[in-house]
Amino acid sequence: MNTLLAFVYLLIFPGFVFLFSFSLFTEYLDRKIYARIQRRVGPPFLQPFADLVKLAAKEDVVPEKAEHFMFTAAPLVGLAAIFAAFLYLPIVTTSGLHSFNGDLIVVLYLLTIPTLALFLGGCYSGNVFGQKGGMRVASLLFSYEIPFFLSLLTPALITGSWRMADIINFEVAHPIVLIISLLGFVIALISLQGKLERLPFDIPEAETEIVAGPLVEYSGRRLALFRLASDAEMVVGAGLIAVIFLGGPMPMPLIETEPIYLSWIYGALVFLLKTLFVIFLLILIKSAVARIRTDQMISLAYKWLIPLTLVQIFIAIMVRFFGGI
Amino acid sequence: MRGVKLPIGPQHPALKEPENFTITLDGERVVDVDIRIGYTHRGIEKLMESRTYIQNLYLVERICGICSYAHVVNFTQNVEEVLGIQIPKRAEYIRTLFLELERLHSHFLWLGVAGHEIGFDTLFMYTWQDREIVQDLLEMISGNRVNYAMNTIGGVRRDVSEEHRKKVLEGMDYLEKRAAYYKEVAINEKTILARAENVGILKPKDALKFSAVGPTVRASGITVDIRRDDPYASYAETPFEVITTDSCDVLGRVVVRVLEIFESIKIIRYLIEHLPSGEIVVKVPRKIPDGESISHTEAPRGEDFHYLRSNGTEKPERYKVRTPTLANLPAVMEMLKGTYLADVPIVVAAIDPCMGCMDRVLLLKNGGEKPGEIIDGDRLRSYGIKWYAERGWKA
Repeated sequence: MNTLLAFVYLLIFPGFVFLFSFSLFTEYLDRKIYARIQRRVGPPFLQPFADLVKLAAKEDVVPEKAEHFMFTAAPLVGLAAIFAAFLYLPIVTTSGLHSFNGDLIVVLYLLTIPTLALFLGGCYSGNVFGQKGGMRVASLLFSYEIPFFLSLLTPALITGSWRMADIINFEVAHPIVLIISLLGFVIALISLQGKLERLPFDIPEAETEIVAGPLVEYSGRRLALFRLASDAEMVVGAGLIAVIFLGGPMPMPLIETEPIYLSWIYGALVFLLKTLFVIFLLILIKSAVARIRTDQMISLAYKWLIPLTLVQIFIAIMVRFFGGI
Repeated sequence: MRGVKLPIGPQHPALKEPENFTITLDGERVVDVDIRIGYTHRGIEKLMESRTYIQNLYLVERICGICSYAHVVNFTQNVEEVLGIQIPKRAEYIRTLFLELERLHSHFLWLGVAGHEIGFDTLFMYTWQDREIVQDLLEMISGNRVNYAMNTIGGVRRDVSEEHRKKVLEGMDYLEKRAAYYKEVAINEKTILARAENVGILKPKDALKFSAVGPTVRASGITVDIRRDDPYASYAETPFEVITTDSCDVLGRVVVRVLEIFESIKIIRYLIEHLPSGEIVVKVPRKIPDGESISHTEAPRGEDFHYLRSNGTEKPERYKVRTPTLANLPAVMEMLKGTYLADVPIVVAAIDPCMGCMDRVLLLKNGGEKPGEIIDGDRLRSYGIKWYAERGWKA
């Protein structure tokens, strides 16, 4: 029975099938809400799925100048890392598929891999725009990754554990943590926007400057994989923020009720609502700003985001030692 | 990365029309710029010599897809000057009305394009939706959205009715509100400021040196406006202010254009309220006597200059057009020096370039025996025959 459950968890819910469809759903939401804010009609519900199918059916092209192995491997590795990261997120209960001390670090690590995949894919595509975009991906990595990591570690510092299940339980016991780490939540949102290469940080893909950056040579099913990876990255990134700063699937008053699956459904719904809330905030940011330059993004990160995160960490340490929670 | 030469164009997503900017880079900084134009030469001037004046009305209108009306006004003014006729007052007012409606839709369009160049697509969608109001008004009066075919030699072809006047005033009320909103956005939105402030600097002395025109020169604090300096149509009787700013950067060019939207709305309201009664067209002969004439108007992008030489037939002997983009391009080379590579699209877009209108002369760089040599039609033909023969194809 446990083996069967594990398979269901891995493959159907909340594993591959669910993440696949939920990613496409968030892409639909992203495009639809963005369009509605811009007073456009926006795509129909199944459009992201149709796009994916259409791309996957296209001719498979690898440019002559591209490094075949790296060019092909990059989107696969990126997507695989994202799917792996999703399994560690606590979705139905306070623990994911496998919960251990340090799973937060693993998820953060896995979330960095798609960026590296994009960088390598761009660099090995043999196109000057792809290389330029790849260089931009790599040079911006440090400007959002540091504040993202540091801000996500704040609740962990207060809790005193690197385990997401512990953090959630601690937050449920002391809801004040959510208010203390509000600053961290805002910084994590902004950094996630940079991590996902969305406006105002879509510098690597700046359409009017370097066409599509690293993706310029990608077409067909590889492009479909990259797009799916980027949608899934949005889900996992937003989900991670929902877990760390908003308490994930908790509060769960029904946890003791029978049958047990009712509480699972409830937990999953709460988690999804919180994730969608974070995604909604990301869409709002995207629709209200212009793209900034590379130098402006780096100075934003080092002059504002990182010092503010350090302030947040200082507050967290103070609370831990003198706050009495 | 010192001295790297990066070609932008003739095909590039930042460019809506083909032209070539060869940019010399030092890291991310632009050191030098070389511009090559001529990719969209259409031979309109030559074509005009083989068509009658009435046919040319419609050809001239197609020089530009946005400021089409400024070109027709120039053409008709030229012909009317050679003929020595005075068109009716009402026709002059209707021409001015159309010139200002055109300026409105052009400035709204530009605001959206500028937003798109810096990745602000929401602004793009908003302004282009509001632009539809102007387009609908133009269509209501003239029957067309872009090439209005309003002018004829000796006046205008369609009248403005009472109902039209009411609708135009309603449209202006709405657009004034929207323009006020865009003014707020352009001056206060942080990411726009980050991309537009102190970018693409054009100092007043450089603006004069490179003979920049239109909103580009006015954003450098120089009061140049053909509507005021050499009034045509009914501008002499219409009160309006020439907008300038002295910030000399891309933000200044945004502000000048947004404030000009308010001025245009003011002018349109004045014209609608003071529209004189009477005829809208006078009869003119088909053949135009010997003569020469120049005419210039303040198109949305700046001074638009036309020259006509007639020879007593029903076709012009020579016609010459200089569009504002050509006058502004040398200034762009100056503006680009010292900016970041990422700023190149917005700095180029800030002059509101219209490359298709601009290309008048085609220089074939390798067409002749020596690079840069200008060759005539016969030589070009024999060169073509030789080129195909060398490759074993039949000419």
